[in-house]
Amino acid sequence: MSTHPAVEMRKIVKRFGSVTANDQVDFTAERGEIHALLGENGAGKSTMMCMLSGVYRATEGEIRIQGRPVRIRSPKEAAELGIGMVFQNFRLVQTLTAAENMVLGEKGGFWRGAGWMKRKTKEIAELAERFGLGFPVDRPIWQLSVGEQQRVEIVKTLYRGADIIILDEPTSVLTPGEAEQLFATLRQMRAEGKTILITTHKMKEVMSVADRISVMRKGRMIASLAREETDERQLAQLMVGKEVVLQRKEREPAGMEPLLALRGLKALGHGGRKALDGLDLEVRKGEIVGIAGVAGNGQKELAEVLNGLHPWSGGEIEFDGAVWKRASALEAIESGIAHIPENRMKSGLAGSLAIADNLLSKSYRGPERSRLGLLRGGANRRWAQSLVEQFDVRTPSLDTPVRMLSGGNQQKLLFAREISMRPKLMVAVHPTQGLDVGAADSVHRMLMELRASGSGVLLISEDLDEILQLSDRVLVVFGGRIIGEMAHDEADRQRIGLLMTGSAGAEEAAAGRAGAEEALRQPDQPDPDGKEAIV
Amino acid sequence: MDFITLLLAAAIASGTPLLIATLGGILSERAGIIQLGTEGIMLMGAVSACLVYIRSGSLWAALAAVVLVSAALGLVHAFMTVTLRANHIVSGLAMTLFGAGLSAYLGKPVAGQPLPGAFPRLELAFLDGVPFLGPIFGRLDWFTWISFALALGLHLLIHRTSWGLHLRAMGDNPATADVMGIPVQAARYAYVVGGAVLIGLAGANMLLVYSPTWNEGMTAGRGWIAVALIIFARWNPLRALLCAYFFGALDSIGFRIQLEGSLIPSYFLKMIPYVVTILVLMYLGWRGRGKPSGSPESLGLPYIREQRL
Repeated sequence: MSTHPAVEMRKIVKRFGSVTANDQVDFTAERGEIHALLGENGAGKSTMMCMLSGVYRATEGEIRIQGRPVRIRSPKEAAELGIGMVFQNFRLVQTLTAAENMVLGEKGGFWRGAGWMKRKTKEIAELAERFGLGFPVDRPIWQLSVGEQQRVEIVKTLYRGADIIILDEPTSVLTPGEAEQLFATLRQMRAEGKTILITTHKMKEVMSVADRISVMRKGRMIASLAREETDERQLAQLMVGKEVVLQRKEREPAGMEPLLALRGLKALGHGGRKALDGLDLEVRKGEIVGIAGVAGNGQKELAEVLNGLHPWSGGEIEFDGAVWKRASALEAIESGIAHIPENRMKSGLAGSLAIADNLLSKSYRGPERSRLGLLRGGANRRWAQSLVEQFDVRTPSLDTPVRMLSGGNQQKLLFAREISMRPKLMVAVHPTQGLDVGAADSVHRMLMELRASGSGVLLISEDLDEILQLSDRVLVVFGGRIIGEMAHDEADRQRIGLLMTGSAGAEEAAAGRAGAEEALRQPDQPDPDGKEAIV
Repeated sequence: MDFITLLLAAAIASGTPLLIATLGGILSERAGIIQLGTEGIMLMGAVSACLVYIRSGSLWAALAAVVLVSAALGLVHAFMTVTLRANHIVSGLAMTLFGAGLSAYLGKPVAGQPLPGAFPRLELAFLDGVPFLGPIFGRLDWFTWISFALALGLHLLIHRTSWGLHLRAMGDNPATADVMGIPVQAARYAYVVGGAVLIGLAGANMLLVYSPTWNEGMTAGRGWIAVALIIFARWNPLRALLCAYFFGALDSIGFRIQLEGSLIPSYFLKMIPYVVTILVLMYLGWRGRGKPSGSPESLGLPYIREQRL
């Protein structure tokens, strides 16, 4: 046994054109440890790991694996050195089975008949079993859940004989329960002598699973610490470079004027299944309403209906005094609804278009932005520049394609566009998903500012902390209906959690609804403006 | 011979060029490269077979010329789409227009001339007198037998070999295939060129077996039907066999009706396969709403290793 560290990266520099993603970074991971690389989005963690796995090549610097200097020119060479990576976006072929995905690229033999496949499938199932990673080995990938797909990816690295296993943001797609299960697996792998590197921006995870933590910020290595000698507070400080306050803020009471009312809303989802099944909901001006719930209970359809992207089949939508007749994205925009979609690169921004173009994509019809159907070039550029500065979007230029920005900056850009429309209602779906602490904090601030300026906010999120921190009222959605409602300060994690699973049963749901109605009749917050009289 | 037997024999005869062209298209598209140059490559295959056969009198030389010419066309398409990342559709259409024009020019001196000999047949004497099988399979040419073997062979290649696994992976998710150590770009070249060779041979089959004189534009849209057949067959070689004979049967039904002395103008009868193409595509699209079509996920998309998506 050599005493060399498993991975040593020295003075690594990586440039993409004029952008420097990593600047003189040193990184060392010992054999048999779980090493977390912590940092905000865009800090350069993933870039470092991609160089280790052969996806990118370092511009400068030296890499040593088990003490041996190496050049990793392709993922294939990385695999030969015993390095395997589980990417954030899984590298799986959807139409092949889990087993076929693993034997892909395997050497030796041309014929892959039924007998051969059967032997391999058995071998893979046994390997998965050993690490407590169960999944259906002979089903095509597209039929597996995200958690199962991640297990396929991990077993794939093990199957290919990796000793150094890199996981890029492994928990971003997992439920808390699945994440716990993943950590147990990682510990099991460590016990078998594997070196595990994970990149993440979630401090809780780092503290629960990592032996050693390296913090990166803006492409540089800030510190490398053992878990025992640090705490969440210090890590947060190292990560963002300034102290972050993670507390619920004092707030003005919510407004009382009605803005949006949904009555018995029904809509069909993908494949004709009932997505919304008689949903009632109200949002008032200057109020943040949080919708909690497990994904797939109608949240997506609710947001799409409100933005005119999805037809509804029953019930009534009243917004700002008018009853809607049909779904129209243009009418939704013009009546003052803003949208932060679930997947910003899919339905929020056009990745290959420039920043300025993306900012214009909702407002270009207005007389300030265009005249006689022609865009006002100079004025629009100045306007875009001012938005970029106001919302602190970090970008090399206004002409940079949006896909080149980090996730946090993309989200800020999206907010800049939506808020510049002076919306009456903001529908924000998972607005901080995949964002680091700093960017998430500015998203939260923007939502609070919208509330202060008298806009309503419908916040749909799976992050309970976020919902509890921001919302004036919390609604729980299950099976396309609201089955529980709580005011800001009587919202209770346990009860929400129970309602979210739907296991609370009908009587619990009824109690939840009754309780919420009571809470509405007697607001706990003092109402100095005497708006009660209006209601 | 009864009507059904006749129809089947005719379906195989006119379905074989469709089958071979469809198989070529499947190879290319399974690797992720759309092939719309089919019509042009078929025409170039047919005209080069005709020229070389008439000038040299050697069938082998003719077939070798077809392979060379269509491989060259495939290479151009691969260079445009894989290396230069040009739009697959534009490159394919250019190939078709180019092939149609050049074949018309090259074929002028041999237009309407008879070929020096028929394509050799495999005489299966033991099938003589056997009803149904005898008339259909007893005196088939070698080309058709090879096309059966091709369909089966490609099916096994795609579904039962490591190469096939690589092929399916690179058409669906080239980034993953790359990470797994498969040389995506080189393999795409190979499959596009191989596919083009099959398409060229399909054109040669039309000329050497089906209608043995060169006429300008003699494929008459069969290349386009082959493009549609790839979709009907859902990128599966064995299903391509059935689909190709189905269309072959439609083709010959029009001809039969005409012989019966029908009042319908022959132009309408010749339209049958094309009308059915439109109807079947509409039906499949309607039935498959919201379902995966079986199309390779990355079909038509260029692959660049370090691009951020």
